[in-house]
Amino acid sequence: MPKSGKRLPATRRRAAVGEMKNGARRTWRLRLYVAGQTPKSITALANLKRLCESHLAGRYRLEVVDLVKQPHLARRDDIVVIPTLVRQLPPPIRQIIGDLSNVERVLVGLDVRPRDDEE
Amino acid sequence: MATTVRRRKGAPTKRAGNGRPPARRPLAKAPTGIPGLDEITNGGLPRGRPTLVCGGAGCGKTLLAMEFLVRGALEYDEPGVFMSFEETTDDLVENAQSLGFDLRRLSARRRLLLDYVHLERDKLAESGEYDLEGLFIRLGHAIETIHAKRVVLDTIELLFSGLSDTLLVRAELARLFRWLKTKRVTAIVTGERDGEHLTRHSLEEYVSDCVILLDQRVMDQSATRRLRILKYRGSAHGGNEMPFLIDDHGVSVLPITSLGLAHQASSAHLSTGVAGLDAMFGKKGFFRGNSVLVSGTAGTGKSSLASHFAEAACRRGERCLYFAFEESASQISRNMGSIGIDLEPWARRDLLRVHAQRPTALGLEAHLVAMHRLIEDWKPRVVVVDPVTNMIAVGSETEVKAMLARLIDFMKLRQITALFTSLTEGGGAAERTDLGVSSLMDVWMLLGNREANGERNRTIQIVKARGMAHSNQVREFVMTDRGVMLLDISRRADGSVAIGSARDAQERQTPAGDPKARRRG
Repeated sequence: MPKSGKRLPATRRRAAVGEMKNGARRTWRLRLYVAGQTPKSITALANLKRLCESHLAGRYRLEVVDLVKQPHLARRDDIVVIPTLVRQLPPPIRQIIGDLSNVERVLVGLDVRPRDDEE
Repeated sequence: MATTVRRRKGAPTKRAGNGRPPARRPLAKAPTGIPGLDEITNGGLPRGRPTLVCGGAGCGKTLLAMEFLVRGALEYDEPGVFMSFEETTDDLVENAQSLGFDLRRLSARRRLLLDYVHLERDKLAESGEYDLEGLFIRLGHAIETIHAKRVVLDTIELLFSGLSDTLLVRAELARLFRWLKTKRVTAIVTGERDGEHLTRHSLEEYVSDCVILLDQRVMDQSATRRLRILKYRGSAHGGNEMPFLIDDHGVSVLPITSLGLAHQASSAHLSTGVAGLDAMFGKKGFFRGNSVLVSGTAGTGKSSLASHFAEAACRRGERCLYFAFEESASQISRNMGSIGIDLEPWARRDLLRVHAQRPTALGLEAHLVAMHRLIEDWKPRVVVVDPVTNMIAVGSETEVKAMLARLIDFMKLRQITALFTSLTEGGGAAERTDLGVSSLMDVWMLLGNREANGERNRTIQIVKARGMAHSNQVREFVMTDRGVMLLDISRRADGSVAIGSARDAQERQTPAGDPKARRRG
């Protein structure tokens, strides 16, 4: 688990990114908001699990929030759409809505796939 | 979610046991507490149903909706949820402060719940199917938290710019409106007007019960706001545009009272303040609660008659409120002093209040509101508006007429006798009042100047007096140091009426005329 709060100089940071590219240190914190056992919620969770296992195995933490059970969290976390996936780490915070059936978009949204031309 | 039994729009049975629709019942309504709005809607918004309030940017939708919640919480014990898609809660709090509403306090007391929904397309990636269940849960939880009876969604159309699946948003909105009904909350949903369309995304298609349109336009360099009830199912409503106002008291819709004709007609009489004139009304004067128009060209003695009337009221110990749109209070006092009407003592005893203001100082609506407030606060029995014609300076003829109708109605309901003076343009038909307001009046007196033989002589005639015997004669009157005096009629041999010097000549010829009757006070 890296100390994410630590700020590194630019040169060192690039080096760190290089390290992350091989997957050693970068982790994902994800939160999926669902509303009970609706088909879309079930589909989203299944899609997300599959995707995380194939791309982020061992490097992610997933929390599922059922708004039916914890309705106050909808306002606290500003949720309108179900399902909503929130990427809390790595920053910046991003939201992906839908049942996550479009894998490509999820991967881009999660910033999972490093582009080849990136250093 | 085992415990949550969500009722899927359980098709509220509208039919009674016999299979026929139930007898028409008056629609239950939730009063808005907004002065005027409850009157024109006959009691408020449809209870337990959504109402659409639409209009262009800056027309006052948000403030009207907010006041609906604040008054609901304060005056009707109905807490409310304000879900804002546009303004942050801080902005809402700040804006409401200008109307004197303390939203933070209301929130702390759990009478109000503000929720800002932030939806930004560029921060959102879409992947696959979704719905707005999160919104339902969020709103439902807010409603339950404070036991809300009222809800505002302002403006929910922003969902369309936040989400790309327009069809889905439409379907979800339809579901939301049905859901709101099952929650039995009285809701205001706002929508932005878009050119020809009432709302950008046709929200009016979902709201079948009540649609209110707000409008702000600039006329004669002053901004005026208008409110119109486009639709109100199962309820009588005036389809006219009503002016409304937003000031430090909040929203006021005019008329503050509705234009009904339900007032009690009184048969008690009031003196005009001029004995000779009372005689023309069968010795009695006006009915209490009458509205009286005194019209005439410049310098015919309208204000003098008005002052007589005001003074007579004060003599009876009744309060008189005098709206002066042409002269200051001291000017009126001085001028009337010159014809022997001393208003000062009555002002000192607070039986007479002169409210002098240039009409152009305020917009037409603001005027009406100010007049209503003064009347409401001080509760005079007699009101003088001198002259009502100056109102034209701030509005069009139809507006003034409509405004006057409301003011008259308002006073009639309170059995206030009102006298309006009206300045007629010289040269026009004598009986034409520039306002066309005579039809609103119970009594109409016309003052004139007859110019003949090198002199001007004052005349007065009663054009109409509803429900009262009245003289049909054109009478001559003079201004003396004891006020207005009516002169007796002097007829020539051919039956024509002689006035001025001709009268004197006539009377010299026929000394048989009763000299005692010559000058009646």
